[in-house]
Amino acid sequence: MAEVEETLKRIQTHEGVIGTIVVNAEGIPIRTTLDNSTTVQYAGLLHQLTMKARSTVRDIDPQNDLTFLRIRSKKHEIMVAPDKEYMLIVIQNPSE
Amino acid sequence: MEIVYVYTKKRNEFGRQCNFSDRSAELHVDILPDPSLAVNFIERDPCDVPIQCTQEMSEHEVNTERFESDTRGINHVEGGWPKDVNPHEMEQTIRFRKKVEKDENYISTVMQLGNNMEHCIKQNNAIDIYREYFEEEEVVEESEVQPSAKTINVFRDPNEVKRTASSLSWHPDGSRKLAVAYSSLEFQKVSKDMSLNSYIWDIENPNKPEMTLKPVSPLVCLEYNPKDCHILVGGSYNGQIAYWDTRKGSQPVEMSTIEHSHRDPVYRVIWLQSKTGTDTFSASTDGQVLWWDIRKMSEPTERLILDPNKKGNLDNALGAISLEFETTMPTKFMVGTEQGLVVSCNRKAKTPAEKIVCMYSGHHGPIYALQRNPFFPKNFLTVADWTARIWSEDIKESSIMWTKYHTAYLSDGSWSPVRPSVFFTIKMDGTLDVWDFLFKQNDPTLSVKVCDEALNSLRVQDNGHFLACGSQLGTVTLLEISSGLCTLQKNEKALATAMFERETKREKILEARHREMRLKERSRSEQSKEEDTKEGDGEESPEELITRIEKDFYEIVEAELKKRDKGEEKKVRLILNSFTGLRVVRGSLRVVKGSSKIVKGFTNKGGGPDSTL
Repeated sequence: MAEVEETLKRIQTHEGVIGTIVVNAEGIPIRTTLDNSTTVQYAGLLHQLTMKARSTVRDIDPQNDLTFLRIRSKKHEIMVAPDKEYMLIVIQNPSE
Repeated sequence: MEIVYVYTKKRNEFGRQCNFSDRSAELHVDILPDPSLAVNFIERDPCDVPIQCTQEMSEHEVNTERFESDTRGINHVEGGWPKDVNPHEMEQTIRFRKKVEKDENYISTVMQLGNNMEHCIKQNNAIDIYREYFEEEEVVEESEVQPSAKTINVFRDPNEVKRTASSLSWHPDGSRKLAVAYSSLEFQKVSKDMSLNSYIWDIENPNKPEMTLKPVSPLVCLEYNPKDCHILVGGSYNGQIAYWDTRKGSQPVEMSTIEHSHRDPVYRVIWLQSKTGTDTFSASTDGQVLWWDIRKMSEPTERLILDPNKKGNLDNALGAISLEFETTMPTKFMVGTEQGLVVSCNRKAKTPAEKIVCMYSGHHGPIYALQRNPFFPKNFLTVADWTARIWSEDIKESSIMWTKYHTAYLSDGSWSPVRPSVFFTIKMDGTLDVWDFLFKQNDPTLSVKVCDEALNSLRVQDNGHFLACGSQLGTVTLLEISSGLCTLQKNEKALATAMFERETKREKILEARHREMRLKERSRSEQSKEEDTKEGDGEESPEELITRIEKDFYEIVEAELKKRDKGEEKKVRLILNSFTGLRVVRGSLRVVKGSSKIVKGFTNKGGGPDSTL
């Protein structure tokens, strides 16, 4: 329990990190540092995108699997670390 | 044997209404076999029955039902909370969350994902991978392509007896046509069945010449009029000049009269720059340079005799093999002679004596090609004997740059019209050399074996991209040069200018030095005349000297051959010509051997023959 806290806190304090979200397979945000509406939006949309990305990777090579997803946009970078049951989402402002 | 065939069908299969009750089968018709009917039939023997031993196949079409798919999005408003949890109640959600957080799976997953995530976050912070680095540096386009020359077309002499392609001229307008003069320059090799014709080829059609020119005597040289692309002038073997109009046919429009023409084959004819565009001048080995106006070919408008003593004496005259005329300098022209001298002349001079301005010596054999650099008119290229030399007009003693002595005789050469530092030479062993002296000075940049027989003539097209070379057996090969050799490089003009200036300066310094040495010699020999009787050791009789020199010469030749066999390329080479100039001055002979100074990797320049005396 404490390690989880520590990990998440460490991630949050990295330079440029705007927010951190942990979502479960049903889309329920377990842990978040952003406000609820934003969290819900991110969780929902990114869940779908991750599923699509994973299915794409597996379609091309069934033995392959998605390990990480990074979306870089003009304003910031969204990083998604998917897993079977949970998903960790971090929004970071990369060094400019 | 009874053959019985029973045929049953359901009622509704042959259109009858159905009975709603079962009924047994009824026999409707029973036809028994009647042997008496067999009389109406003849047994067929043999029977032709075709049988095919293949699989029976039939074609079926199957179409599945269309599967309709639709894309829909889901707007996720709130997570899929389990039934018992009310999403709006804070307490319940918090409780649920806390429960999940206690899950072991959750803990391990988050740890693992956290590690990955941290790695990426740190990566992002470390370096911005999307930044444009090196955007100030310009991409330097380096053509890594090897220089090459590709044969595009080969035009062969259609006659049985092959003659040499002695001269080529490109059509001035777009260069789609090539005029080739065929003649046999070998002494007394002209046979009766040798054709006299010369041809104009269309470069796209190598099978048949586009037009034939029928002179009275074979043409040695041929030139298109740069102003009027239908007019050609040709100099023939018997010394006459003739001109053709391609619109008027194969016969020459007019020919010069025999009495007033040259007495030897006309080796070169060039069009002059004039208002009427009808002036030409021609050179021949009889020692004369004649000016003609093609409208009046009965006699030349002007005559110049190449007498080095400037007396106009035809007996002394040097035979002319090549001419040079640059339209940017209409008053000057140059003549290359059989004796290896280049004579620079002024057209506007009043007396014949003044016509010959100066002479450049340095070659051992007839000068087959003479051309000014199109970018630097003060420098000109001469191709003769086994070398090609570049001269500067100001330096009369010797050439400023020269190539090494080749194994085969050089027969023609030309500057590239697009690049000031590139020139082409062809040799008697059938190779074409492309030299770029800003790139490499010792060797040609590109050496291509065009054909097995000797090459006699060369002409570069005006765009510098194509060139045609004619061989001894009348085969004209059209080559395309790789773009690296015909596009102007950056700074090329500046570098070439610098190179020429440097070489000219070097020669000037050497010239000054030689003059000094000469003065010293002269003063010393004057002194030695007084002490003539005392000196005995230093002098040798002419015969002894000659034998000694011969021995030295042969030794050097052998050493060279040995060196060449070993495949070594030494930079120090003794010029053979340092032994060829010997003159007796006031009874004392002195031979100065070529010094072994290395000058820029070229063949070294020892004291030339003239400077020793």
